[in-house]
Amino acid sequence: MTIVLGIESSCDETGIGIVRIESDGALTLLADEVASSVDQHARFGGVVPEVASRAHLEALVPSVTRAFEAAALELSDVDAIAVTCGPGLAGALLVGVSAAKAYAAALNVPLYGANHLPGHVAADTLEHGPLPSPCLALLVSGGHTQLLRVDDLATKITEVGSTIDDAAGEAYDKVARILGLPYPGGPPIDKAARRGNPDAIRFPRGLTGPRDAKYDFSFSGLKTAVARWVEAREGQEIPVDDVAASFQEAVADVLTAKAVRAATELGIDTMVVSGGVAANSRLSTLAAARCAEAGITLRVPRPRLCTDNGAMIAALGAHLVKAQVRPSSLDLSANPGLPVGTVTV
Amino acid sequence: MLVIAVDTATPAVTAGVVNVEEMLVLAECVTVDAKAHGELLTPHILTALKEADRTFADIAAIVCGIGPGPFTGLRAGMATAAALGQALGKPVYPVCTLDAIAAENVADSPLLVASDARRKEIYWATYDATGRRVTNPAVDKPADVVERIPSLSVERVAGNGATLYDLGLPHTGQEYPNPLGIAMVARDDVLAGAKPRPFVPLYLRRPDATEPGARKRVTTR
Ligand SMILES: [Zn+2]
Repeated sequence: MTIVLGIESSCDETGIGIVRIESDGALTLLADEVASSVDQHARFGGVVPEVASRAHLEALVPSVTRAFEAAALELSDVDAIAVTCGPGLAGALLVGVSAAKAYAAALNVPLYGANHLPGHVAADTLEHGPLPSPCLALLVSGGHTQLLRVDDLATKITEVGSTIDDAAGEAYDKVARILGLPYPGGPPIDKAARRGNPDAIRFPRGLTGPRDAKYDFSFSGLKTAVARWVEAREGQEIPVDDVAASFQEAVADVLTAKAVRAATELGIDTMVVSGGVAANSRLSTLAAARCAEAGITLRVPRPRLCTDNGAMIAALGAHLVKAQVRPSSLDLSANPGLPVGTVTV
Repeated sequence: MLVIAVDTATPAVTAGVVNVEEMLVLAECVTVDAKAHGELLTPHILTALKEADRTFADIAAIVCGIGPGPFTGLRAGMATAAALGQALGKPVYPVCTLDAIAAENVADSPLLVASDARRKEIYWATYDATGRRVTNPAVDKPADVVERIPSLSVERVAGNGATLYDLGLPHTGQEYPNPLGIAMVARDDVLAGAKPRPFVPLYLRRPDATEPGARKRVTTR
């Protein structure tokens, strides 16, 4: 049995996860501690990098303590460490990477500088077991909107498509602001949308023209369309629920349509949807319906595993250990722009 | 009693192994590169241990500079020290980086220590002839500090802030904290096994962040 510690600090969540690789290769999640600085960013309407970095430094060691208490283990039980080294905010990543290197040196165990994005996919293996090869992953959050082909979580990941402007979660935050809803925008828009009519307004679906990149996404035009629609009704009462529902419909429609199309055209029969936006009610319903229709098996980890956390990085670390990938050197540094195909550095 | 002394509050990435009973530096590894704190600190610690022919098992405590210093690099050192202390089960003692520079520059006259705070400002503090801190760390424009020098009655300066800006006083020659100075500041606490003070950075500045005003319209009225 091998104990893997995972450390995540790429954005505004300090995540510490502990995963055990059982003798049969199965993964067991032993601890998943997350300290979020989201409340400190709310009044700024978005993540403030310096505020996030300060919060990471404050939260890291106490979160590690809590995780080991929850797992009833000691730090000395750790056999390998994985840490998010990119992509993400430079100053935020630096805190996790610096600590991980010190833990690895002090405990004399291998360190894996891991890519955050495949981490989101690895999270699903904690809940639903090994992934078939290949599978398609749709990652949607405030920071990313990506379609990935996953042949092997530890060694072979290829980008199929991504957003060319805003991430889906970013569009939620901006539209929430237009509608006078709080930050982060996902939950309040989802809540309002459940009361509204998704067909009330036909908002544009980005990059769905015949000559557009078929697997890429764009949400900037959608956000502007919502702003125009609202501004045109200045002085009138805005039907917030209908705008929210119609906006959410446009997002869920374009995400699921493109993901299902990619899976079908690439001959992939399993899809994983993960990231903070995966918990969105309309996205999960529509993805389930469209995947069922196309004969695709849909896997969505529980919401707690979809958002940024250390468990997903520990899970990815476990896959790297199992695949006997070479560990990182201790002169590892954070790489805010780490390409998605680089699973470990 | 051996300590690992580290500091990343200045462009120097500093690590050393110091015997605090004899105030003897067994080994040190220092690189001046403001962009490499995250990359180099842990390798520097391992190099210093190796050169000192010691292992982590021989270490009684970690001593770490907590600034003031430009934020990103400072956190690399503090995250490293905090994690090391936790993994080894050893105390981590915070040391003001300016105090560490002052500790190695005690002479017969009062001292100003100034380090580069970027944005055309310096972090500074003053010390009497015995090395005791007189004014607490602050961040100001060099000209404003120069104006106050007569009333501060300091006669010498140390630190890279005084290399970058002419503060009108003779420079002692030391720009960055060394493992010896860092260990000197914490020496009494380490030897006494005192409970470390809270390990929190001396930022001295608030994060740059402004609350958004009214949303910009996308359509013209
Ligand atoms: Zn993420």
